Amino acid sequence: MNDRDHVSEEELNAYVDNALPADRRGVVEAWLSTHPDDAARVAAWRRQAELLCHRYGHLEYETPPPRFNLDRLARRRFGALAAVAASLAAFLIGAAAGWTVHGMETEKSSDLVRFTNDALVAYRLYTVEVRHPVEVPGDERPHLVQWLSKRVGSPLNPPELDKQGLKLVGGRLLPGPTGPSAFFMYENPAGERFTLYCGRVSDSETALRYTTGGQNAAYYWVDRNLAYVLSGPMETGKLREIAQAAYDQIDRRTAPQG
Amino acid sequence: MSEFRERIEAAIPALRRYARALTRDAEIADDIVQDTLVRALRSEHLFHGGDMRAWLYTILTNLNRNRLRTLARRPVVSPIKDTDATASGPDSGGRDIVRALEMLTEEQRSALLLVVLESLTYREVSEVQGVPIGTVMSRLARARNEIKAYLDGERPALRRVK
Repeated sequence: MNDRDHVSEEELNAYVDNALPADRRGVVEAWLSTHPDDAARVAAWRRQAELLCHRYGHLEYETPPPRFNLDRLARRRFGALAAVAASLAAFLIGAAAGWTVHGMETEKSSDLVRFTNDALVAYRLYTVEVRHPVEVPGDERPHLVQWLSKRVGSPLNPPELDKQGLKLVGGRLLPGPTGPSAFFMYENPAGERFTLYCGRVSDSETALRYTTGGQNAAYYWVDRNLAYVLSGPMETGKLREIAQAAYDQIDRRTAPQG
Repeated sequence: MSEFRERIEAAIPALRRYARALTRDAEIADDIVQDTLVRALRSEHLFHGGDMRAWLYTILTNLNRNRLRTLARRPVVSPIKDTDATASGPDSGGRDIVRALEMLTEEQRSALLLVVLESLTYREVSEVQGVPIGTVMSRLARARNEIKAYLDGERPALRRVK
């Protein structure tokens, strides 16, 4: 057999994908007729493609839900996930395909806005976790607080929200726009989860503010260069009460003594 | 509606299909599609003609990569649990292929899905992934071998009913 008749693995793949130059098709087919192992692999790969199309192909014929209405989306400023990754994505998209990124990074957003968006994304990502919602559970509170305070670089003290019916599930360390951020998760008996995200920012102090993202909403504020974002489900109406309680406790703790 | 928007709109069903297979989670997938659309709409001035689909797949692939990077600190999630949630009833064939997708790296999965499900050419995939065609081909070959090994090893021998 000479080299021209040898068929590589890549050519077998290209054969399955119909990406082979015309003059190689015949060679590959002849090869397959005498190499049953490769013929079986090619058949298995085709079967994989069938399974994938069978499993996901129906979406091509489904009418997209109203949330994808382009006129409405065009009026939105931030996507739920996109905001966090905006500058990075702009860079990668430009780098990957050679499109210019000029103008894409001009979107001005303060630390606090980015921080709040990160918090909402973290809320969405982790509150749906059943098995791994937190890294350190709430019953190890002293260890949790000590660890996260050290990493964030400021003494933290997650508020007690028992009066609001919330118990501390635990916490984790997350990357934030300006450095490590602490993420505390609370849960009520109905299984609703609320999270407090906090980290250092350049703003020194702000009042309590409100923002929404998708189905969720958040109250956020800054106290002594620490930003706090309390996120939860938008519709329940409990968020404001919980945020106010957290705000008051933190305010009391950090208020100058005397 | 502008021609630009019409072309984006026409791509939505395919983007949803790709995102669903890429993430194996209907809700996350639609969130990413939505973000892809928002980003594309905002970036109309950056699109200088060319292949709209490849451009949209590029945005989506990058957004998902960023999402996974955010998740990188998360402990490894058991693939069995995740796929149980997405598996639908008696469709055991579907469940097997969904589980098999979990075995792949993100790059392998993306390459395989773009070629097999979305019918992109190797060159288009190389643009989407920002790597040479040779890299796309080796990702594809590895993906297929991984899936085959998984399906061969895990699936009990089919019993033929006579």
